[in-house]
Amino acid sequence: MTDVATHRRTGAPRVGESAPRPDGVAKVQGRFAFSSDLFAENLLWGQTIRSPHAHARIIDIDIREALSLPGVHAVLTADDVPGELHYGLEHQDQPVLAADVVRYFGEPVALVAADHPETARRAAAAVVVSYEPLTPLVDSALAAQADPIHPDGNVLRTLTIRHGDLDATAAVVVEGTYEVGMQDQAFMGPESGMALPSADGGVELFVSTQWLHADRRQVAGCLGLPEDMVRITLAGVGGAFGAREDLSLHVHLCLLSQHTGRPVKMVYRRPESFVGHVHRHPARMWYRHHADTDGTLVKVEARLLLDGGAYASSSLAVIANATCFAAGPYRVPHADIEGTVVRTNNPPCGAMRGFGAVQSCFAHEAQMDKLAAALALDPVELRRRNALATGDTLVTGQVITGAAPVAEVIDACASHPLPDLAAVDEQPMMHRPGGAGRTADAHHVRRATGFALGFKNLLFSEGFDDYSSAVCRLENGAVTITCACAEVGQGFVTLAQQIAREELGIDEIVLAPAETATVGSAGSTSASRQSWMSGGAVQAACRAVRGRVLQQVARRRGVALDGLVLRDGIIESLDGSVRVDLADAVDGPIEETAEYHHRPTQPLDENGQGDAHVSFAFAAHRAVVDVDPELGLVRVHDMTTAQDVGRVLNPLQAIGQIEGGTAQGVGLAVMEELIVEDGIIKNRSFTDYLIPTTLDMPTVRIAALIEEPEPDAPFGAKGIGEPPTISSTPAIVAALRAATGLELTRVPVRPQDIALPRS
Amino acid sequence: MRASTDPHGKGVTMDVTAIVNGVERTADVEPRVLLVHWLRDELGLTGTNVGCDTSSCGACTVLIDGRSAKACNLFAVQVDGSDITTIEGLAIDGELHPMQQAFHECHALQCGYCTPGMVMAAVSLIDEYPDLGDRGVRVGLEGNLCRCTGYQNIVHAVLQAAGEQERHP
Ligand code: FES
Ligand code: FES
Repeated sequence: MTDVATHRRTGAPRVGESAPRPDGVAKVQGRFAFSSDLFAENLLWGQTIRSPHAHARIIDIDIREALSLPGVHAVLTADDVPGELHYGLEHQDQPVLAADVVRYFGEPVALVAADHPETARRAAAAVVVSYEPLTPLVDSALAAQADPIHPDGNVLRTLTIRHGDLDATAAVVVEGTYEVGMQDQAFMGPESGMALPSADGGVELFVSTQWLHADRRQVAGCLGLPEDMVRITLAGVGGAFGAREDLSLHVHLCLLSQHTGRPVKMVYRRPESFVGHVHRHPARMWYRHHADTDGTLVKVEARLLLDGGAYASSSLAVIANATCFAAGPYRVPHADIEGTVVRTNNPPCGAMRGFGAVQSCFAHEAQMDKLAAALALDPVELRRRNALATGDTLVTGQVITGAAPVAEVIDACASHPLPDLAAVDEQPMMHRPGGAGRTADAHHVRRATGFALGFKNLLFSEGFDDYSSAVCRLENGAVTITCACAEVGQGFVTLAQQIAREELGIDEIVLAPAETATVGSAGSTSASRQSWMSGGAVQAACRAVRGRVLQQVARRRGVALDGLVLRDGIIESLDGSVRVDLADAVDGPIEETAEYHHRPTQPLDENGQGDAHVSFAFAAHRAVVDVDPELGLVRVHDMTTAQDVGRVLNPLQAIGQIEGGTAQGVGLAVMEELIVEDGIIKNRSFTDYLIPTTLDMPTVRIAALIEEPEPDAPFGAKGIGEPPTISSTPAIVAALRAATGLELTRVPVRPQDIALPRS
Repeated sequence: MRASTDPHGKGVTMDVTAIVNGVERTADVEPRVLLVHWLRDELGLTGTNVGCDTSSCGACTVLIDGRSAKACNLFAVQVDGSDITTIEGLAIDGELHPMQQAFHECHALQCGYCTPGMVMAAVSLIDEYPDLGDRGVRVGLEGNLCRCTGYQNIVHAVLQAAGEQERHP
């Protein structure tokens, strides 16, 4: 028998410790293969021909010249799609290639494959598409009445929440109208992938994505193939943030590869990426809050209008979130809220970190500040008085049964010491609003703080059967975990190892590639769900393996099963008669597959009432800003945050998520917006679409990670990716309002909104 | 550098000779080919990423004669006679460069797409200005975008590596 000591725990980090990323060394060495790094012998390069119009009828597509160019192997149009002509995440309405009409700027119309990327680009330019331009529908407010731009109409979904007494009112009433511009996920690694024909006539696709099995379902449908002939493997993902939940080049690559019988690769350039994925929904929101003189909220009325753009994507779920969480994380006994998402000829919108809750949080937090001002109450105190807690009822009628340490989150963030900032005129020029040489006069700069609170659901809602699958295999003392969870940077690969170590007491955990052929769906890497769902699946699979090991040992050694424990890779009996290394305990491999489901949820009824969500997470931010009101320049100096996390599985990763999520909220607050004119995105580059740099980003300070375990969740851990993106934006705008006295009802806040306010 | 007509009909090509990660490389390249494409597509050095190809993101940063440069902002023919280091050439004998080590330890990456460029820019920055503080590092890395981390751990990593360098020059 092996010396048991050699297999003792060597200190590889378990749950709750800051395990390093298993892909970290490869990533710092440039050895990690992103989807843009793929290569195969005999490779062809694909290129997409896209609509230059936001709305037009296609009269004719002439591919003859393009096909005749040397090096060109295929030019495909909608006529070449063998299966379903449309795909979609929830609603199958998006053409693989537009056939008679294009509905947004950049919509794919035709495809080319050639032996060199430059040849492919030239061939794409040689495809002659004749269009009859149509008037684009670009105003979301007109969409419901306008002629439908799609056979199933322009209103994708309206959700009404009627809760309590709709006629209720109270002593203090504040009203406001708010807008959120279109934000882009702006991941760093543009869309890319490679498809190869497989021997059985099927196709193999390597692609960066968020949900392999949903991709497979849609790709197989469009190719007219059974799902098992489409094999999708996750290729290295350069960030996602929601933008990779829908298909982009997936079907296109497979079509070209099937057609040519050769491997085909595609890499979008940045301008194409900006039209090649969905964005965050722009929103227009009207609100009216009613409160008693002591600040107790009585009723919230709201009307939300989201612009879904040309195709449905995940709009139906986004509007549900925006509407369900429209009143904020507060006790609101009466509510009259209606949310609508419409189609327009603007770019399609779908998932982005925060998913609908970002938009309504900007509005409800502005309202809370307005109410605090009307009541002459401290804004933090107003939030504290109304904060949700476990046992409270949401405006959807759902009672919060899980952890809701909202008061703790508020207190931790608000009571954290303010940053020790130098006075404006004592700061180096670089620290002033706008940077060196731009602020006119240090004495004009005003400093202020703002506070905001936000929340959203974790996991999928409204009755969706959300699950994840994992396989655990123990062989010769080594453990391999197979799970199709898409690692997009969030660090699931680290957590999967930590969880397996925790459950089996073995340090060395191998993660098999994420792909569709070896394991069932893991669901989407979105909705802050993978730590919980795929973490739960990995945990369950490991426990099943552990159970079988203990059974075998018990049987073979004739001891009671419940007298055996597995600790640090060693199986021991309580009476000391058995002590065996896990590696030697069993004959042959043991493999177990687990499917993890969260507790079921219900659809919302016609009044928007129902147990629609599994769990909620809360976060607060406090921002400190300097503003030069004359020039409209802003410097965000400090973001302090506290978050309800259930339990921290990996402190370094958790904090990394919070810092990164906060950065995206900073971007939405003061700089990020896709400028869309007549349906056309004007700023399709990083020169014109600005995301925060090292200098734009303030210090992010974590006041507290509130650890109140979530009863249903594996290890009690809540998802942490999205809440930081929700409350950060409104906190900054609150600070800007406090500094300037302006209403600032729209994000991003631009210099002209401060320097040249409209009214 | 010498101009010639490519036998495969690519048009005019030019000879480029450069030391890349310590190895002399000579190639016939079209003058329009960007350095980053030459590195990635011809030399197979795919560690250098392309995030924008308009010199806005820094994902393509490499060292040219020891100083950081955006490889999408140069033609391959411009590096004739230069010494180029990409992320693949940074580790010595399989030992991570202190900057790589610090990025890994400080969790200064999530997706890692910005990482090679960020590491190269940081190596050059610290080489030139070894005693920068938080602010100086931020000023120095302003041309490198990261969408995942919010930069804080990147700044920690650079400061940690700079400290190491000071202790073991
Ligand atoms: S790819 Fe060179 S700077 Fe973005
Ligand atoms: S780690 Fe993803 S862009 Fe920097």
